Amino acid sequence: MSSHAAAGGGRVKPHLLAHSPQDNVAVAVIEGLSADTEAFGVITEDDSTFAVHVLHDIPIGHKVALTDLKAGDTAIKYGQDIGKIVRDVARGEHVHVQNLKTKRW
Amino acid sequence: MSETASMLDHEIATPFVGGAPDQFATQALPAGRPSADPKAATFMGWRRENGRVGVRNHVVLLPLDDLSNASCEAVANVVKGTVALPHAYGRLQFGEDLEVFFRTLIGIGSNPNVAAVVVIGIEDQWTNRIVEGIAKTGKPVVGFGIEGHGDIATIAKASYQAKRFVQWATELPREECPVSDLWISTKCGESDTTTGLSSCPTVGNLYDKLIPQGIYGVFGETSEITGAEHLCRERAASPEIADKWYAMWKAYQDDVIEAHKTDDLSDSQPTKGNILGGLTTIEEKALGNLEKIGHDSRYIDALQPAEAPAKGPGLYYMDTSSAAAECVTLMAAAGYVVHTFPTGQGNVIGNPIVPVIKISGNPRTVRTMGEHIDVDVSGVLTREMTIPQAGDALIDMVIRTANGRLTAAESLGHREFVLTKLYRSA
Repeated sequence: MSSHAAAGGGRVKPHLLAHSPQDNVAVAVIEGLSADTEAFGVITEDDSTFAVHVLHDIPIGHKVALTDLKAGDTAIKYGQDIGKIVRDVARGEHVHVQNLKTKRW
Repeated sequence: MSETASMLDHEIATPFVGGAPDQFATQALPAGRPSADPKAATFMGWRRENGRVGVRNHVVLLPLDDLSNASCEAVANVVKGTVALPHAYGRLQFGEDLEVFFRTLIGIGSNPNVAAVVVIGIEDQWTNRIVEGIAKTGKPVVGFGIEGHGDIATIAKASYQAKRFVQWATELPREECPVSDLWISTKCGESDTTTGLSSCPTVGNLYDKLIPQGIYGVFGETSEITGAEHLCRERAASPEIADKWYAMWKAYQDDVIEAHKTDDLSDSQPTKGNILGGLTTIEEKALGNLEKIGHDSRYIDALQPAEAPAKGPGLYYMDTSSAAAECVTLMAAAGYVVHTFPTGQGNVIGNPIVPVIKISGNPRTVRTMGEHIDVDVSGVLTREMTIPQAGDALIDMVIRTANGRLTAAESLGHREFVLTKLYRSA
């Protein structure tokens, strides 16, 4: 993840939080994150920062893809497997029940 | 005086834009924050006959069975300062399900938040089994059977006894107790992605700070470890406990989920509220859930539902459903006296005998449902509050609650008392 020069180590309120540098999804932590926003994110594990161009309106708490994901890929959050991608997702798109399913049950 | 008054004026003037008003009070009393030195923290509790300490002083009207709810509720109407615990079961149960039932009712009556108990049952034998179980604590308890007397005579006799208990209990003094006398349980509800980022690690931070001080902790929610079972298994204190825990988790998978599922549970686990809040899969939910146990503690036993911990201070696991009221009720029955409850979307649950402290990091929930939230940790999402600071705020609220502050759930009358049923009655 690239560092964000103006961020000053997380002093700017982030739009997105990821847990681990390995994560390929991040969570919107502000209300009203709208499509076509250059979102600023922080990885909580190491306080590093990143930027991603958000392509959809993302409700607070919902996830954004940090990389292009193909059907069959594994979604990673907390540095852990949280399920399988079932429909291709582009970086910056909304990741939820329409394209991510459990591998259990 | 003026600061408090103006704060209250502000709240009254803007009743629907609440936030969590207690955050203000915490900041107004920085010198008195017990989190500054958890080892020296104390609270004013009731030390019971068996040495355990309660933070509430309830006189409970405990129905043995569904048939006895009406009498218990009638007594609660007659005698003020009592609480009736109506529930749906107690008839024709058998085997392990019956054991969980008795363990739960006896455990609730034995909880140190309860000063005295009046048990009412349809007949004497099972009523006495409850009475004798609670009496082992040394606390006052009497039982009444309805058969041969009818409701009205039973209500009259039970009311005289309940009145004596209330007047006795209300004169019991509180005493200063070390923080190590607290048994603190946890379970989250209506989780979303903010719980895994903020409110669950806040509880984890509390455990990291208070378990070393000698408290008892407990977490559970067996189905909701699915996806994080490899991490949970590693947190056992020994290979034996890890195996015991894994057998419990596997049995829940095989005997409950696999045996009864009709789909991938995507209509119930995650819940509709979870999904609305951005959680997509059980794995994602489980990883956030497990944040509640922090980084340092290892669980020293895996308990059956409502089983009291018996290996001394430390963190325990309990085999429970992930449904909030069932889980909190089982933990209360095991003897826990304060419950910490992270929520994302705003679960409003309470318990009739244990204060349930709500923690939320979701700024929308804090804004729209602030009256249900005791500790606002939304600053974690904006990076204005660290997890250790959030943990301190929760420790302070736990001590304030132990000292008598009513939780949001208590003040709003939430008394969800829900028994766990393992299978159909005979």
